[in-house]
Formats: sequence, structure tokens, C-alpha cells
Amino acid sequence: MDFELMISSFPKLLNAAMITLKLLSISLIIGLFIGLLFAILRLNKNVFVNKFAYGYSYLFRGTPLLVQIFIIYFGLGQIEYLRSTFLWVVLKEPYWCAIIAFALNTGAYTSEILRSAFQTIKPGIIEAGKSLGVSSKIIFYKIQIPIAIRQSLPAYGNEIILMMKGTSLASTVTLMDLTGVAKYIISTTFRPVEVFIVAGGIYLFMTFVIHNLIKFLEKKYSFNS
Amino acid sequence: MELLAFGDTGWGDELFYATLMTIAVAITAMIIGFFFAIIFTPLKLSKNKFLNLIANSYTTVIRGVPELLVIYLFFFGGSAAIMFVASIFGYGEYIEINAFMTGAFSIGIISGAYSTEVFRGAIQSIDKGQFEAANVLGLSKFGKFFKIILPQTLRLALPNLSNVWQITLKDTSLISVTGLVEIMRQSYVAAGSTRDPLFFYSFAAVLYLLLTFLSMKLINRLEAKYSRGY
Repeated sequence: MDFELMISSFPKLLNAAMITLKLLSISLIIGLFIGLLFAILRLNKNVFVNKFAYGYSYLFRGTPLLVQIFIIYFGLGQIEYLRSTFLWVVLKEPYWCAIIAFALNTGAYTSEILRSAFQTIKPGIIEAGKSLGVSSKIIFYKIQIPIAIRQSLPAYGNEIILMMKGTSLASTVTLMDLTGVAKYIISTTFRPVEVFIVAGGIYLFMTFVIHNLIKFLEKKYSFNS
Repeated sequence: MELLAFGDTGWGDELFYATLMTIAVAITAMIIGFFFAIIFTPLKLSKNKFLNLIANSYTTVIRGVPELLVIYLFFFGGSAAIMFVASIFGYGEYIEINAFMTGAFSIGIISGAYSTEVFRGAIQSIDKGQFEAANVLGLSKFGKFFKIILPQTLRLALPNLSNVWQITLKDTSLISVTGLVEIMRQSYVAAGSTRDPLFFYSFAAVLYLLLTFLSMKLINRLEAKYSRGY
């Protein structure tokens, strides 16, 4: 065990963890909006809209995240037309390509989580709202959404942790996130075990914090309190 | 389309063999994962606190750390570890383990952690009365496990195991970083030499979709088989 290396690489890895957290939080925020949008589209009665939303989630859940990043980072740059639009400003940056891929990916999983949460709301609750003369808009915002959030919290917590692990793929498109820096240190020092312990420890700590945060929210939004 | 031609002119045959490689790695990893699950599930269910701790640290660490980091650990550390063991026996030469074994083993360890959780959940959700009934009938420990508990565990575990399979199948794309020629690696090579990444990565996505779709169909059949009588 090379403890000196572990201590000297800790600050570097901690710095890189900040990039991981940044990637994670931005993609989660965008992904949540995408997820909500597609969950609502999935519940739409129009077959075409419904199928479109299903196709989106099937496509992104059925293929590896790595393929999605590569298509966006290496593939889209190939289209001449895109290079001339303002989109190119975003698409030439590996940072934004990674975020787009992560957001679309987590959006697909989130849409499934939210859809099943909306579907498990008992019809009686909505009917109760209607019979009290509440408008359907207010029923949606004040009744359906809060219940759906509560229902989907445990599954969404898992999704956050899966996404945090997913951000490690940013290192494949030259970003120096926690995994990227860990790989760099490993390949220069040939000390995989030490670096794995430190980097893995940081990841585990983040998992631990996210896990407890979700638990806290679950308690806060539980029906009994 | 000519890019996908078989033979020297296209990448069709290369991608076909790469797909077979992906399937081979995924199946090997899943089997290695089952071995890990067979070891760690009893430890998880045991009443001994120490054994619990070992099994819990395995599943927590593997499920809390990115797959890529685990792969790097084995990719860079695997041959060093084997060389260390070999040096104890007086063998000092450089040993390189092949990319297939490194890949299958690291994905297998990851898949094993998920499988362990699935089996634990399945065994725990079997009705207590089943264990008691088996005892009352005077079945041996062996008979109790294989005739009563295991068939029911399989039925309960199958839907979740199919999720583990999907995760494992998709995780195999990550071992392209070790240079093993599976779908992702082959697409990377093809994209590089033809300068057509959009086409090849999209085709890779189609291949993965096909694999997940076909395995879904197969698993649904298995599920129907194990749910007879329900």
C-alpha cells in the first residue's frame, strides 16, 4: 500500500468530484423536465403522441449510455448543416455533449418513474377533487403532482445514484471528472488499488449522502406526517 | 449500405463477430455473477453479523461505484495481482491476462452484486409457511432447498433477473475501453477508418436494441414457464 500516493491524490480527486457533481446536477435538472414532459405525453390518449413518448423511452433505455454519448459527441458533428447553426457552439464542447446525453438518458428513465407514479394514483382521489368542484388544472398541480412526487421518490433516488455512476462515462469524451482523473493517476503511477480506494471512497460518500437525502425527503413527504 | 457489406469491402462481418463477442461476454459475465450471488446470498441471509458485513460491503461498494472505475481496477490491477501471486510461486515473467477474461470478470462482479440483491429479495419474500411445511413433511435440508425453496425463488427472481441481464448486456459496452473487440470497440474502429461515426454508432445502437428486444422475448417465455400454476 502506497499511502503517500493516496494522500497526495486525494485533493486532485476531490476537485474532480466537483466536476462529477456539476455534470450530475445539471443533467438531473434538465432530465427532470424532460421526464415530466414525456410522462405527461405517455398518459396522453392520442395514440401517436403516446407511441412517440414510448419510443423515446424505449430507445434510450435499450441502448448503452456510452453509445448515446458517442453518437452525440462524434456523430452529430459529422452533419454539415449542424456545423453552420448556433447548435454547433454547444455540440463542439465535450462538456455539453456529455450533459445532453446524460439529460436525455435520465429523462427517459425519469419519464417511466413518473408515469408509473401518476398511474398508481387512486382514481378516487381525483374524483374526490372533482366532486369538490376543483378545476382539473388545480387537481393536477395540487393533488396529482404532490402524490406522484411522493410515490416516485424511492425510485428516483435510485435513478440519481445510477446517473451519478453514469457521469463516469464523461471521461470517455476527454472530460476530467472523478473517474477520468482516477484513470489518469492509475495510468501514470500503476497503482490501481490505492487510487480505486480513494476514488471509490469519494463515490461511496456521494452515494451515501444522496441516499440519506432521499430518505429524509421520503419522511418529510410521507402521508402520515 | 455498402459500408455493411460482408468481406473485405465492408464492416458487416466484423460487426457480426463483434455482436457475437458482446453476447459471449454478457453471458459469461452473467454466469460469473451467479457464482458470486451463490456465495454472497447465503452470507447476506446468515444470522452471523460478520458474514453479513462482508456481503453487505460487497454489494454496497459495487453498486455505489461506477462500473468504469471497477473495470479500470481490474484492467490495470488484474495482471499485477496475478503476477504477484505467481511471484510467490517463483514465477517472475510478465503475465498478461486476455481482455475477454478481464472484461467478463469485472462485469461479472458488478452483475453479481445486483443478482445477490435479487436472490436475497426473492428468498425473503417466500412465505414462512413454506419453510415450516417442508420441515413438517420431514424433508432433508437438501430436499427442502432444491424442491421447495429454489423453484419458488426462481419464479420470484426472474423478472428482476431480467433487469440484471439488461444492465449486464449494456455494461459490456464499457469494456471497449480495454480494447476487447465487441460492438462498441468495432464501431469505434470502423468509425475511425471510414470517418462516418454517425452511421456506425447509430448502427451499434440498433444492434443493442435488437439484443435487448430479443432477450426480452426469450425471458418472457421463461417467465411464463416458471409461473405455471399461478
